[in-house]
Amino acid sequence: MTDLTFSPSRTEQRALTNQRLLRLGFLAVTLLLLIPAGAILAVLVIEGAPGMTWEFLTEMPRDGGAAGGIATALVGTVWLTATALAVALPLGVAAAIYLSEYARDNWLTRTINIAIVNLAGVPSIVHALFGVGAFVYFMQFGKSILAAGCTLAVMTLPVVIVSTRESLQAVPHSFREACWNMGATRWQTIWRIVLPNSGSGILTGLILCVCRAVGETAPIMFTGAVFLRQVFPNGLFDKSMALSLHLFNVSTQVTDVPREIPFAVALTLILVVLSMNGVAIYFRMKLRGRKKW
Amino acid sequence: MRTSTTAPTPAGHAAITARGLNLWYGDFQALHDVDLDIRQGLVTSMIGPSGCGKSTFLRSCNRINERLDYVRTTGTIQVLGHDIYAPEASRIQVRRHVGMVFQRPNPLPLSIRDNVLFGTRLHGTGRRSRRDEDELVEDALRQVLLWDRVKDRLSRKATSLSLEEQQKLCIARLLPTKPSVLLMDEPCSALDPEATSAVEELIWELRGRYSILIVTHNMAQARRASDECVFMLMGKVIEHAATEQMFVSPARRETADYIEGRFG
Ligand SMILES: Nc1ncnc2c1ncn2[C@@H]1O[C@H](COP(=O)(O)OP(=O)(O)O)[C@@H](O)[C@H]1O
Ligand SMILES: [Mg+2]
Repeated sequence: MTDLTFSPSRTEQRALTNQRLLRLGFLAVTLLLLIPAGAILAVLVIEGAPGMTWEFLTEMPRDGGAAGGIATALVGTVWLTATALAVALPLGVAAAIYLSEYARDNWLTRTINIAIVNLAGVPSIVHALFGVGAFVYFMQFGKSILAAGCTLAVMTLPVVIVSTRESLQAVPHSFREACWNMGATRWQTIWRIVLPNSGSGILTGLILCVCRAVGETAPIMFTGAVFLRQVFPNGLFDKSMALSLHLFNVSTQVTDVPREIPFAVALTLILVVLSMNGVAIYFRMKLRGRKKW
Repeated sequence: MRTSTTAPTPAGHAAITARGLNLWYGDFQALHDVDLDIRQGLVTSMIGPSGCGKSTFLRSCNRINERLDYVRTTGTIQVLGHDIYAPEASRIQVRRHVGMVFQRPNPLPLSIRDNVLFGTRLHGTGRRSRRDEDELVEDALRQVLLWDRVKDRLSRKATSLSLEEQQKLCIARLLPTKPSVLLMDEPCSALDPEATSAVEELIWELRGRYSILIVTHNMAQARRASDECVFMLMGKVIEHAATEQMFVSPARRETADYIEGRFG
């Protein structure tokens, strides 16, 4: 008889128990985080579904939103988001191209980079006040879709710039070298090789831009969104309703709103975001799926 | 074609003529007074220990070094008798006439066909017809001995080719712009021995039609596959002679030491 044994020692047993406990702990925390998200969605679906009728989506709101539908708010959100995108995407992509492909690494570039990061952290109410000063008054857009869209654009620009710049930099440097050595100018290189291969990152920026633009209330409240409107916007200089602001109003500002209406508005808002995300994610997967190099 | 005030090239000009070429990366001088004549239509190999300035010299010949703002160059380089650093010379045109092949094959993430046409499309004056383009593609791919292997899959991604095929494609894509000089910076060192000899064979095929300057770390390759050989050390040209002569009876002590593997 030897005293050789493969049974775990005391300390080892304790370590094993600890490990199991830790793993359970981490799992619990993860689940805890999922619960609110799941709960929100569940409550919205349960409470909002009865209100989600075709009429609700296509009729004009009445009585301050206490009756009728949300047609003008839905269409207004589309207008605002599209305007924000139309401004933020070209500007953001252009800035990202400059920073990634042209800028030298000097103090100016570093300052710009820091500014962009900080801009992303500015609270949206500050953007709102900036928008009032810059677009409503100084540029004299008045309270309009254009002013609100520009405000949203300024707010989402940092995100667009950062995600685009990252995707440009993910294109291997050797491709640029190959182009330059064949006599391509910087722009030819960007246009023919770099941009076509960074589509998925630009799409990511677009998704994030849309999500924020759809969801934000403060930046549009003072710059172009109104409490109630029963006609569709007629152009960029019209005012319009927006889903996010409408949700705020029917939940807190208007009395005697039937219970299901705020939930149905919120559900619509979430569905708009999710479906836009879905489209963008689909394209992104298609782009990613093509093996590039 | 290059418009230049200089007279058309008389026969017998060197492909590349460097005179008093000095190059600094910031404070570090990488090339010292390089005088070099690379002859037309031949394969010239360039050997020397790592860091002696071979790639730097190649990059000076197509003016790609200028991208780095801390690079300073003095002296002249002529290609077929035309000063490439002349104020009226455009570096785009220089790069068209002086093609570069790299150590790692770097085909662009495009189809095989589009890779070959990339250069002409950059410089293209107006649109070519599909038929003209097909001809260019076939001609270039035939020259690099790749046509029969890829003619049925021209629209496939170039990155789906084997390394050897990729490297040949990287040579082929230089040809449609009718370069006079091909610079190759260790074009075989990412390839296995079989692919290496295939690419060497190709380089020998191209001899005569193009003037080729090829950097290599492989003595056997330099000896097998070049007419002349340049030996560099610490940014200076130590010796330039016919390959056979240099390997049999090097004129300089350093050359002999390097060839026999005593340093480097
Ligand atoms: N971009 C660069 N910036 C600074 N120094 C460089 C750069 N490229 C090369 N060098 C330096 O110049 C010298 C010659 O380099 P290189 O021409 O690449 O040598 P080789 O190709 O013969 O190995 C080396 O000492 C290297 O460190
Ligand atoms: Mg080198």
